[in-house]
Amino acid sequence: MTVANASPSPIALSVKNLHKSFGPVEVLKGISLDAHEGDVVSILGSSGSGKSTFLRCINLLETPNSGEVTVAGETIRMVPDARNGSRPADRSQVDRIRSHLGMVFQSFNLWTHKTVLENVIEAPVHVLGRSRAECVEEAEALLAKVGIAEKRNFYPAHLSGGQQQRAAIARALAMRPKVMLFDEPTSALDPELVGEVLRVMRALAEEGRTMLVVTHEMGFARDVSSRVVFLHQGRVEEDGKPQEVFASSRSDRFRQFISK
Amino acid sequence: MDWSFLFETFVSLVSAMPLTLELAATSIVLGAMLALAIALCRLSGIAPLEWFARSYVFVFRGTPLLVQIFLIYYGLGQFPAVRHSIFWPFLRDAYWCAVLALTMNTAAYASEIIRGGLLSVPFGQIEAARACGMPRLMQFRRIVLPLAIRQALPGYSNEMIAMVKATSLASIITLMEVTGVAARIISESYRAIEVFIVAGAIYLAINFLLTRLVHLVEYWLSPHLRQPVPHHPAVPAAPALEGDAR
Amino acid sequence: MNQPGILELVSFGGDGWGKALLAGAWMTVLIALAGYSIGAVIGSFGAWAKISGGRGIRIAADTYTTVLRGIPDLLVIYLFYFGGSAAVTAIGRLFGAEGFLGFPGFLAGSLAVGVTSGAQFTEVFRGAFRAVHHGEIEAAIACGMGRTLRFRRIIAPLTLRHALPGLGNVWQVVLKESALVSITGVAELLRQTQVAAGSTGLPFDFYVIAGAIYLIISTGSGLFLRGAERHFSRGVRRG
Repeated sequence: MTVANASPSPIALSVKNLHKSFGPVEVLKGISLDAHEGDVVSILGSSGSGKSTFLRCINLLETPNSGEVTVAGETIRMVPDARNGSRPADRSQVDRIRSHLGMVFQSFNLWTHKTVLENVIEAPVHVLGRSRAECVEEAEALLAKVGIAEKRNFYPAHLSGGQQQRAAIARALAMRPKVMLFDEPTSALDPELVGEVLRVMRALAEEGRTMLVVTHEMGFARDVSSRVVFLHQGRVEEDGKPQEVFASSRSDRFRQFISK
Repeated sequence: MDWSFLFETFVSLVSAMPLTLELAATSIVLGAMLALAIALCRLSGIAPLEWFARSYVFVFRGTPLLVQIFLIYYGLGQFPAVRHSIFWPFLRDAYWCAVLALTMNTAAYASEIIRGGLLSVPFGQIEAARACGMPRLMQFRRIVLPLAIRQALPGYSNEMIAMVKATSLASIITLMEVTGVAARIISESYRAIEVFIVAGAIYLAINFLLTRLVHLVEYWLSPHLRQPVPHHPAVPAAPALEGDAR
Repeated sequence: MNQPGILELVSFGGDGWGKALLAGAWMTVLIALAGYSIGAVIGSFGAWAKISGGRGIRIAADTYTTVLRGIPDLLVIYLFYFGGSAAVTAIGRLFGAEGFLGFPGFLAGSLAVGVTSGAQFTEVFRGAFRAVHHGEIEAAIACGMGRTLRFRRIIAPLTLRHALPGLGNVWQVVLKESALVSITGVAELLRQTQVAAGSTGLPFDFYVIAGAIYLIISTGSGLFLRGAERHFSRGVRRG
């Protein structure tokens, strides 16, 4: 299985010196990361290391106190803010950039009052303004791709966890995102359902999509990603190719982490 | 059992039903719109608006509806400024005073129900909408409000029944809706029990129909809570991922 | 024209209506208390009927609550007031009295409030009983407590604790319902306010004052009830 290597391709996502505190607790202490197109970056770390917060700062579901996020060359403009340190200057720029990022949540977050198909076409039709017919066609193809085409008219409550997460992935793909963000996508799933979701994610990686994946699945990190980043207490402790990092990391904490 | 009296009473009361229903429907609809505005104020995060909403709910839920009706019907006429304003034709008319009082009253109770509904929308679904780049107004319109309405509907049906009952107070300011007519018949004939039974039956019928209607709307709005219908795929299964379990 | 200020209006001496309004407020509280007590008794029976009654009793209780939750309270007041008057007049005629004998407004009002709130009490007690963990009742059975003892020392106190919020709500409803009793002529707060408003030609001022007094009574009651809730919820872990 060949995975796209981190070759000198254009930078799809660039994060510079992100700081984030919740009250007195500083969770991110200056994180920087560059992801090239085609990179599949696994973000590892124990609870409290800030990995989810880091991911959520990228699409501004959390607002960083300082730092810079650049998506496909466009930097999110921030202005100083008395309460939080900084805040986005332009809401509509944030919305636009979010529409270029696809996010998959740990608890799927499908809209319960809409069918699977309606979930997938909702954002392309209403946020991007594409024609409904075009979106439905693409949605059906995406649902088939993740393997739940026959569930298109079902409501999320009637799907298993694995099926819901795959629907959520199709929903994210429907926006034709430049970068996909996965926030512990399999942590809320029963063990026997984890595999079907990982298979979908692996296929996406093999297509050459740019993906940031916060995960506990060591197998995925080692075998599918092109890069592994290890966060500890809000800082990047380790960052490199999986083969190197898993075999011979210089970080004690990381070796401790993977040995558990 | 004086059947002819019962029948006459029934006919008189039924002829007053349209007024009862009009009062109820108008105040419920106008009250719902006002309630949504108040609930949004309460959740706005802007201190003066929140304070206004809390005070409004406190005052209108803490005082009897009859006091509110009297205040509007008798009280507003105290001011020459009101008597000479363009609103006077409305404000001196018992019907509009009743509608105004009922609307403002139900808005207070309904705003709490709507607020509960808005707060009950799972945060994750709102986040998913934000993550797609949906602007705030669209998030509210397409995700938050539909889910809030579905959540609030059972509680709201109780409020609607309370409104139907509340229209009876309009009889005290001369409106001849069902209770008003019933009071007149009782005071003329002194046959309180028979009139009570007929009038009570009419209100029960109205409320029963109202409950059924709301159940219908609830059913129609919640296919996502019912058992799935077996689906026959219209398109042939596209090539799925290798080794994908179904 | 010299408009009297608010303070003059409610003053206690001379032209002031303060005394009359306060008397009215007191009457309001009395009617509410009377109706509340009657309702509590009816509600206890109703809940008992729904929980452990036979089929016939249960249907009767269900009918009672369904009917009274669907009809306006005003109709019930008319029933007791005019119906009571008609009954009293008829009885009076048996004894040779002539003309119309009025049924006391206070009695009619309290009974009406009692009957309508009884339906709410029934639901509150029933819900509160269902909220009691069956395990605690089983423990009482297991250590040999007889039925009366069990009820007195375990079931009733636990049910009451769960019922407190609902009981508080019913009180607030009853308080406001007492204003409807004004149509029987009883000199409670709203009736006194109407008299004052008519007499002074200042309805707005007086109805605002009346509203304020109702708010004071209901807020005061609310504080007292929350204190009672806290007191009786000792040992309950709030999640």
